[in-house]
Amino acid sequence: MAHRLETAALQSLIEVLQQRSYTVLGPTPRDGAIVYDVLSSSADLPKGYTDEQSPGHYRLHSNGDATCFAFTVGPQSWKKFLFPPTIRLFSAFRNGKTVTLPGNGMNETGVPVKKLAFFGVRSCELHAIGIQDKVFIGPSYQDPHYRRLREQLFVVAVNCSRPSDTCFCTSMATGPKATGGFDIALTEVADASGIFYLAEGGTKLGEDVLMSVEHRPAGTEDLAKAESVLNSAAASMQKMLDTTDIKELLYQNHEHPEWEKVAARCLTCTNCTMVCPTCFCHTIDDATDLVGSEGIRNRRWDSCFTLDFSYIHGGSVRISSKARYRQWMTHKLAAWIDQFGTSGCVGCGRCITWCPVAIDITEEARIIREGSASEPEQMT
Amino acid sequence: MESLEPILTAHPFFKGLDQAHINLITGCASNVRFNEGKFIFREGEEAHQFYLIREGRVAIELFTPNRGHITIETLDEGDIVGWSWLIPPYNWHFDAKAIEATRAIALDGKCLRKKCEDDHDLGFEILKRFAHIMEQRLASTRIQLLDLYDVRA
Amino acid sequence: MFEHNVSTEPLYIEGSPFLPEPYVIRRVKRETEDTFTLELEPKPSAHPFTFLPGQFNMVYVYGVGEIPISISGDPSARGVLVHTTRAVGSVTKAMDRLKKGDMIGIRGPYGIPWPVDEAVGKDVVIVAGGIGLAPLRPSLYTLLQNRDRYGKVVLLYGTRTPADILFREELEQWRARFDLDVFVTVDRAMAGWKGNVGVVTTLIAKSPFDPRNAVAMICGPEVMMRFTAMELIKRGVDGQQIYVSMERNMECGVGLCGHCQYGHHFVCKDGPVFRYGSIKDLIMKWEI
Repeated sequence: MAHRLETAALQSLIEVLQQRSYTVLGPTPRDGAIVYDVLSSSADLPKGYTDEQSPGHYRLHSNGDATCFAFTVGPQSWKKFLFPPTIRLFSAFRNGKTVTLPGNGMNETGVPVKKLAFFGVRSCELHAIGIQDKVFIGPSYQDPHYRRLREQLFVVAVNCSRPSDTCFCTSMATGPKATGGFDIALTEVADASGIFYLAEGGTKLGEDVLMSVEHRPAGTEDLAKAESVLNSAAASMQKMLDTTDIKELLYQNHEHPEWEKVAARCLTCTNCTMVCPTCFCHTIDDATDLVGSEGIRNRRWDSCFTLDFSYIHGGSVRISSKARYRQWMTHKLAAWIDQFGTSGCVGCGRCITWCPVAIDITEEARIIREGSASEPEQMT
Repeated sequence: MESLEPILTAHPFFKGLDQAHINLITGCASNVRFNEGKFIFREGEEAHQFYLIREGRVAIELFTPNRGHITIETLDEGDIVGWSWLIPPYNWHFDAKAIEATRAIALDGKCLRKKCEDDHDLGFEILKRFAHIMEQRLASTRIQLLDLYDVRA
Repeated sequence: MFEHNVSTEPLYIEGSPFLPEPYVIRRVKRETEDTFTLELEPKPSAHPFTFLPGQFNMVYVYGVGEIPISISGDPSARGVLVHTTRAVGSVTKAMDRLKKGDMIGIRGPYGIPWPVDEAVGKDVVIVAGGIGLAPLRPSLYTLLQNRDRYGKVVLLYGTRTPADILFREELEQWRARFDLDVFVTVDRAMAGWKGNVGVVTTLIAKSPFDPRNAVAMICGPEVMMRFTAMELIKRGVDGQQIYVSMERNMECGVGLCGHCQYGHHFVCKDGPVFRYGSIKDLIMKWEI
């Protein structure tokens, strides 16, 4: 059941969510990019902004109109909220010779978990959240830090009206239309007659919230306009990644000469893993205060591109940048499938845009496929 | 005196040799014994024999000025000891010591060398077998060199 | 600005897989110059700790850090948890300085264990290199406690020098048994050592077992495991009946941090014990 919302409804939606104790987070322009942060009102949204992206290149421009979502994705992803860059896992305390571990006579303190509402999630990002769900709240061990934030998450998805030049969601079957995993999905339609939003509820809660802002049933013309926005977005996708048998392709090409070539360019700067919405590698470290009275175990984002990522006594397993780039790409497109049942890549294009030397994962995949080793070796 | 021919025939090292060649070799073979602690050969000595251990244990050793005697490898029942008799200038490169009372068959290298020169088929069969032993010992030595159990390994 | 800092976070979350349980050091035993064993006992109120041979714990030293260490004790001995490790890094060196009565945090047990059940009715060949004997010892205890369920049991152990022989008294006791073959070798020795000198693979040819009906468990440096597996295969053992214990950088132990990935496997939860036949292509690939 689709509804039509006028532009004022954006502010109403934010207010309704705030009244329901959600911290509303969404896109906002800052320092020349669209980042994700608290939206105190719809005025914080990137009104009139559009982005220009290509390998190693990102610029924001004003398009002079009142659209609020005429851009795609920026350097940040929603993982910064569900899987924060640094969190405390626990604190232990020492008093003289006695060490107290958590749960052993220690009272749990800290404020209750925030209820988060993501406002403006792209379809590729919905898939990315779903992919991280499989990692952090999968069938074996679960991360309670992720789970407690995720359980209460409210998602307002926004369908893309145009792809950026680094997007390839159609190749990864993750967009441009959001098909699930949201409470509300909006499509921003802007033409000569003005701007309106087509809205649909994805959950009972989402429908409930929609009912509390001003809305009317969407007309056939509204539906047709929204549909054409999505169709033109899909049709103007510039990049493509052929995923046919990609798992075997990468497993069998461990010695492909392209790995050396890309390694000569790759700085192992870890930008790609930081901007990637699905990368989940993290390090656990323990530290104390200066007197040793409190021992904190933290979890910090880490990257397989660092030299000590694979360190075992005596040295690292993956020393060359060739091995590290190959590990990242093979994990993302191939091993992830064996581990979690889906690809690890959602085609958001961030790794291409934010690579300082403009390495393009779709190009690398194409080159490897073209020069694929003829003798398949089985990797089990 | 016990005939050594059935012992040599049964030994894996000589497997595949035809009877004529076995007889030739048996002609160069004799029984020997070494008491515990006895040096079988010393580094630098002329190498004119090799041994097939029947019982006991032999240590291949090297003496170094600051560390004394170091055992590089031990060989026991069924192992072949020594190939320097086959390769000029026919000198031992290491010490070999019986570290247990050891019985062995000694094969007269000088005698066998001459027979190999006269009968190249025999020579080829002997060299093939020694090449195999050297390859095994070399592979093992290389792994020992890696010092795998070191902290940094 | 969205604030996410330590002051707004709880001290811990109940039931989190990252929380260690406190154990008290009952005894510290020096095994060799750089190797020691900790015997730990849990707090009285805790559940009894059970584990399978080959599993490991994440062992936490307050304020210093946490590392994976294989459990080296007897699975049937409740009330004590045993870890044997080398003091090579900051955490193990800190652990080496701990004394009886000090506290250590334990998370676990984790990992795929040795196939002691699958080996029932077969000959068992255990090949240990260096500290690799520690993760295999629990397996040996279990095999010996159920001795009549197995065929021939052979233990081959190689280490650097005689001074580095681990669990020497126990090895000598095992060697004295009539239902167990134990062969020990060292990479080098001073003269005076009457035992074997040579790599552990040289012991395989002389070991009494039926390769067509045997299970092998190998643990040691990766190169040693590769060569041992090849030697066993040459002797006629099937690659799927050979098990190795792989080592990678395990930080969380629960398959979440990504560090221990080996191909598509997470060593902490898909291993560390793997069938050699399943990883024989991976193990030959460089930097993987």
